[in-house]
Amino acid sequence: MKYDVVLAGVGGQGVLSVGLVLATCARADGFEVKMSEVHGMAQRGGSVNATLRISDAPIHGCLIPQGTADLVLATEPLEALRYASELAPTGTLITSTEPHRNIPDYPPIEDLLRRILALPRAITVEARRLASQAGSTKAVNLVMAGAASSLVPIRPSTFETQIRRVFGTKGDRIVEINLAAFELGREAAQCVAA
Amino acid sequence: MGDEAVALGAVHAGLTAAYAYPGTPATETFEFLLGYSKRHGHPVASWCANEKTAYEQALGVSMVGRRSLVVMKHVGLNVAADPFINSAIVSVHGGLVLAVADDPGMHSSQNEQDSRFYADFARIVCFEPADQQEAYEMTRQAFEVSERYEIPVMLRLVTRLAHSRSIVYAYQEEAEKPLDKARDPASWTLLPSHARGLWRRLLEVQPELVALAEESPHNRLTLSDHDRGLGIITTGIARGYFLENLPELDSSPSHLHIGVYPIPVAKVRALAEQCDRILVLEEGYPLVERQLRGLLPTPLLVQGKESGDVPLAGELTPDAVRQALGLPCRPISVPAVEDLPPRPPQLCPGCPHRDSYNALNEALGDYELSIVNADIGCYTLGAAPPFQAIESCVCMGAAIGMAKGAADAGLHPVVAVIGDSTFLHSGVTPLMDAVAADCDMTLMILDNEAIGMTGAQHTVLSSSRLEPLVLGLGVDPDHCHVVEARPANVQKLADVLRHELEHHGLSVVIPVRECIEHVKRRRKEAKA
Repeated sequence: MKYDVVLAGVGGQGVLSVGLVLATCARADGFEVKMSEVHGMAQRGGSVNATLRISDAPIHGCLIPQGTADLVLATEPLEALRYASELAPTGTLITSTEPHRNIPDYPPIEDLLRRILALPRAITVEARRLASQAGSTKAVNLVMAGAASSLVPIRPSTFETQIRRVFGTKGDRIVEINLAAFELGREAAQCVAA
Repeated sequence: MGDEAVALGAVHAGLTAAYAYPGTPATETFEFLLGYSKRHGHPVASWCANEKTAYEQALGVSMVGRRSLVVMKHVGLNVAADPFINSAIVSVHGGLVLAVADDPGMHSSQNEQDSRFYADFARIVCFEPADQQEAYEMTRQAFEVSERYEIPVMLRLVTRLAHSRSIVYAYQEEAEKPLDKARDPASWTLLPSHARGLWRRLLEVQPELVALAEESPHNRLTLSDHDRGLGIITTGIARGYFLENLPELDSSPSHLHIGVYPIPVAKVRALAEQCDRILVLEEGYPLVERQLRGLLPTPLLVQGKESGDVPLAGELTPDAVRQALGLPCRPISVPAVEDLPPRPPQLCPGCPHRDSYNALNEALGDYELSIVNADIGCYTLGAAPPFQAIESCVCMGAAIGMAKGAADAGLHPVVAVIGDSTFLHSGVTPLMDAVAADCDMTLMILDNEAIGMTGAQHTVLSSSRLEPLVLGLGVDPDHCHVVEARPANVQKLADVLRHELEHHGLSVVIPVRECIEHVKRRRKEAKA
């Protein structure tokens, strides 16, 4: 079994944090994990991508061959579309619907969403709104992790354990917000997928 | 992360001190060491003014018998080349390891030079890990090899290893080495009469280094019984890309993986005897391929980057390796969307450089012809719209020297733009030249009190010490101004610049405001 994820978004959005949540949980479930990241100049508000590979066998490299990703997980719709070609024929794209407009020629959002939803398997999530509903817009990464959770080969209970462990030092309220954000993301994605 | 595996390997090797200047993709090795040092009280971990000063401090540690690590990005080694090349000739005492991270694909660099050439040039051993576990183990071995052969040892990483995460299994830590000053000062004093002998000694040890590479388990030769056509040589992370594609090949070709240099000649020959052609897969420049190919024709066909079978520029990918292996392209299920606007990196909202560039553009608006030489850092992003404020970026510190050259050649007005950390790294010496000539140029030192691009590290000298430093070099106090860089001050800054552009001599203008990422980092550190 192997599961390859391309993470996409805008530098500074927390793309790497989404990947780290999934990587930590996959590791806790006993999988081999490799994750590539982007640092430095590329991080400054530009288009960024990272890769996460989960497998029950040793993983050779951190890069995912083109057109073989099981999941493209994007924190931003324009970036989702930019990396859609990484998808395998059976792959799924999950993206937040909220645009991050830091370029003058940002395309109309309706246009982007229409093209995203025309893909064979696309799931859209209002990540910021759900994070805010959970108690903090900072929890948007957990919404995205939640949205991906029913597709990645990680046990649901592992997510809860790891969220409690990682955020435990920051107090009960933060743990509850993050658990709620995760759950809202999970439900939203399942709703669309169903 | 690969970078962190190197740091942990060094700590477990009984490291005494580590030195570095931040640079992507090498920065995280040092960030890890700083954190470790803060928690445990050792090893010494200092950010330095530049890579040269870092390397020289590590040499000092080695001379008194203790282990030291120097960390830098590939272009940093150009700055440290002088101590690096010469350190191969002295009799290294305490293990000295140089961890250098190359950036093929130029994710965050101005070129994609391959540090293995430097190791070859200096005639030392180079380890090239293929994964994070090897990064940890090779770092530890590198210290031992350094002490055994009395040479510095290079550990060469590339972005995809430096910045990718995986599980690393650590083993028993070693104790720190005792203080033990090198006994023979002659072996550290490169007077020509000493250096001739030391150079001969380095040349004499070369066969031993090749023997080390021949025997190393990191250089593994697997000969295939059935396929006598194709042989594969991989180095470093290229092995992963080869193994990724291997299941789709009809048969397993003979394979030599190189993880330790010098090149294991006997193993290469053994491979060549089995094959009609050899495909070389290496990340970076074609080092192994070039040596195999040589200048004269041979019956053996050597394929790789020079032959055009693998792209010469850019990063190696599983797909490029797939093509070189002759495997068919994978079917595309979702075609790439071509008409999307690009989203290049840009200056952060609220960044002080924005105010500096708005002021500069306004001040230069009055001139038909002018030149702005800039430098390396976040502010290089001022080359892109909406600012388009700068016209050059070559290497650390080049702004000031290039501006002086342009002024010497007769252009006016001439502006040099450099960040505070880049100025401390390599801008002080060219400023001396400009002071000596009272050059007709205006230098802007964009002081954001941080090394912004690499994650807002602290600069070696605080912001308040910048102006005294500039004045101490002999800049006329009447033409040295510190102005706060904020939106409400753009007009004021533009006026100061306008005035100084008209002064036919050297002026220095220092727009100052703390990097917003540095503010965040400082608050976070204060909380922790």
